[in-house]
Amino acid sequence: MKGKRVISNWIVLLALHAIVILAGFFAPYDPTEQDRKNPYLPPMRIHFVDDQGHFHARPFVYELQLREGSYDQYQENAARALPLQFFVQGEHYRLLGFVPSHWHLFGAKNERIYLLGSDSYGRDQLSRFLYGGQVSLFAGLLGAGITLFLGLGVGALAGFYGGWRDDLLMRLAEFFLALPWLYLLLALRAFLPLAVSPLQAFFLIIAVLGAVGWARPARLVRGVVLSAKQRDFVRAARGFGATGGYLLRRHILPEASSVLLTQAAILVPQFVLAEMTLSFLGLGVPEPVPSWGNLLSSLQQYSVLVSYWWMYLPALMIVPFFLGYLGLGAGCSSTESRTR
Amino acid sequence: MGLLVALVWILARPPVAFPEQKSLKEEFQVLPGEVGRSGGRLVVSLRAEPKTLNPLIATDANSNEVIGAMHADLVHINRATQLTEPALAKSWKISRDGLQYTLVLRGGLKFSDGYPLDVDDVLFTFRVYLDERVHAPQRDLLIFDGKPITLRKVDSQTIVFQLPKPYGVGERMFDGWAILPKHLLEKPYEEGKIGQLGTLSTAANQWAGLGPFRLKEYVAGQRLVLERNPYYWKTDAKGNRLPYLDELVFLFVPSADAQVLRFQSGETDLISRLSAENFSVLSREQNNHRMVDAGPGLEYHFLFLNLNDPGEKTPADLLQKQKWFRDVKFRQAVSVAIDREAIVRLVYQGRGSALWGLVTPGDRRWRDEKLPHPARSLERSRALLKEAGFSWTTASNGESTLIDSTSKPVEFSIITKSSNADLTKMTALIQDDLKQLGMRVQVVPLESRSLLDRVTQTREYDAGVLGIASFDADPNSDINVWLSSGGLHLWNPSQTHPATPWEAEIDRLFNAQMYTRTFEERKKLYDQMQEILWDHQPMIFLASPDILTGARKAVGNFHPAVLEPYVLWNVEQLYLRNAAVSASR
Repeated sequence: MKGKRVISNWIVLLALHAIVILAGFFAPYDPTEQDRKNPYLPPMRIHFVDDQGHFHARPFVYELQLREGSYDQYQENAARALPLQFFVQGEHYRLLGFVPSHWHLFGAKNERIYLLGSDSYGRDQLSRFLYGGQVSLFAGLLGAGITLFLGLGVGALAGFYGGWRDDLLMRLAEFFLALPWLYLLLALRAFLPLAVSPLQAFFLIIAVLGAVGWARPARLVRGVVLSAKQRDFVRAARGFGATGGYLLRRHILPEASSVLLTQAAILVPQFVLAEMTLSFLGLGVPEPVPSWGNLLSSLQQYSVLVSYWWMYLPALMIVPFFLGYLGLGAGCSSTESRTR
Repeated sequence: MGLLVALVWILARPPVAFPEQKSLKEEFQVLPGEVGRSGGRLVVSLRAEPKTLNPLIATDANSNEVIGAMHADLVHINRATQLTEPALAKSWKISRDGLQYTLVLRGGLKFSDGYPLDVDDVLFTFRVYLDERVHAPQRDLLIFDGKPITLRKVDSQTIVFQLPKPYGVGERMFDGWAILPKHLLEKPYEEGKIGQLGTLSTAANQWAGLGPFRLKEYVAGQRLVLERNPYYWKTDAKGNRLPYLDELVFLFVPSADAQVLRFQSGETDLISRLSAENFSVLSREQNNHRMVDAGPGLEYHFLFLNLNDPGEKTPADLLQKQKWFRDVKFRQAVSVAIDREAIVRLVYQGRGSALWGLVTPGDRRWRDEKLPHPARSLERSRALLKEAGFSWTTASNGESTLIDSTSKPVEFSIITKSSNADLTKMTALIQDDLKQLGMRVQVVPLESRSLLDRVTQTREYDAGVLGIASFDADPNSDINVWLSSGGLHLWNPSQTHPATPWEAEIDRLFNAQMYTRTFEERKKLYDQMQEILWDHQPMIFLASPDILTGARKAVGNFHPAVLEPYVLWNVEQLYLRNAAVSASR
């Protein structure tokens, strides 16, 4: 039963990631393209039944137009229905970064449609969300990867060899735990040249986040190693003359694998959140490149907060990703305790 | 708005007979307009604490706003009509050669501490402003071709200003010079300490002015409270002494959004310097307040490229970029590629105007009608770039990149104020406009102090987007921006000699118009200057926002102007319709 839930969790997560990775196909437009005639357009509602009550098998949206006498309130123009087209040709993009293509999952003929609304420059929020996920999720995965790698190395060394090495490494870990990473990042940013390209900014964030976050998993791994070291089969193997490296590889680290997996599932969303925080503060990936943090940073303005509800949607859409990861973490830790 | 303030005089005998007499009959200035009711307190918010109350050293907008309510000048520019009107001087005469200005002070004037004012205070005031050791920021305006203006006392009410050269601005030049109390400031001045006076914690009885309000209380980090000056020299049409309000409270509210919230909740009575987005939020429900779009102001926003002289410390990549920036065709190409209409629509929600020259539509008299207003054209822009030796390469991913004659891709960054959402948005639009030319532009929002430091001190930046708000509709108010020696000559500030022939020509025209007497002549020279700026595009003008303001419905006589201080210019006439309500707050 539990196992099934973990599997379904995996499937959901993989599907979500696939959509983000294949953003070029699922997103109808280029995320940086500005449609200057349509700033802050509310999401278009998908209809099956038109205003005369006729049912259409093909879903459609109505074009939005400014309400009479208003400059920011829109209403549907029932005279202009835009049927959704599937598998349409549109803007060129590169799938996975190298496969050139111009096919999109959906679109409309000659008109841009906004299923999640548009931002202050008239950029499609849906496309920005999908492309932004590439940046944010990749930052999360890579950051978690670096952290776990460092944590595993340091934790195993400290736990296995003990003595002064343990003391030194654990004090170092405590130092890193106490480090105010936000200020560290601000200070780092001040040393860099004025304009940092989006790619540089991205790797800087990941490097800093990864380098600072290893302390907690390192302590966990150390604990596991310490207890595994005392197990009978490890002692026996040592008695047969196994070397330290062999013991670690063959007997001790496999014990830590489930801990690491659980950690990974918890760390990824944490790092995604960290990226969002940084972008929100303007320290992350610079505009116009989308990231989930950038998408939400416009909410800093009071006028946006009270006027354009659809700008909150990205925050809502992140939730399934996080639930997926956290569910995975919970599932992992419960299977782990059962096998013990 | 559009209400013209005409002035009526209470006639008095010329006060020549007894120069020593201290208790002259009070000669009030009578203001027309709605008669209000006395009492109550008005609360407004300031973005930050004023740095000083001392008019001699104040440079920031917050200080000037407070000082404006506490001090008065000899001749005043009416912010609604943009014309001069008598203030402390009840009349003035200009000699035929334009060198002598004879001003007659109003009778019976008293400082806010009750001490009478006479010509000696005026002499003292200008002596201090002219003193080099005081470093008054306005000092340059009193120096003509290196020679200072001189003052001469005729009698206790009459004073003559002697100019070394005729001055085109005329009596407008007297606006904004707060007349200082000699009895309080003479001693500190002689001890060389006058620059240290006027901190916010100054005791209320140690500070006096001639404005409608005087200092009452300062609570650090929270508010500054001014109270009614009982000796103020204006009355309303019925003869009630102004101001109406008992108290004027400045709250320190650090962010624009927080100011909106305070206003919405009724904690403050007036609001100005609103962004278009916040203005439309407040306009949506107008139960308790009234929002007013006062029309185009004098603020102009522009893009400028780093044209500083390369020094030893200039980094190599900036030198490379300056090669592009110095090419006038490059600047013209950038200018014509910018979608100004989109800036007005997206940044100002239509509450602003596109700009092609430095004179905004708010300043009707000085606009050069001959200045072209070309529509955005990428073709024209590409043609200009081609003429300048640039070309395009197409990368494997289909993106075309602009490269210069040495095949270096055109990439630069634009710095802008991170605290100003309008500016960052404008810059992001320019970024996208220029991307279509194949230029790779990055937007770098900076905190405003480090931004100014980069532009005027270290000069390590590529390009910037900024705004300047002129304080007067007369061109001379921006002398600091246009003269090549000016500290705000942003693309290459504080030059010892004009770096280019066209900057020398701008200097010449600007100085010439300053010393020309008729408006038509001045306008002709100023038009020429605008055309040179258009041809050379050292500043690429973008747009000018409307002045957006609002007030609670209870505030009477609320007539916002497009000159600063937008909502407080007639603070002596503002009143609360229901004083009881505000007193109980």
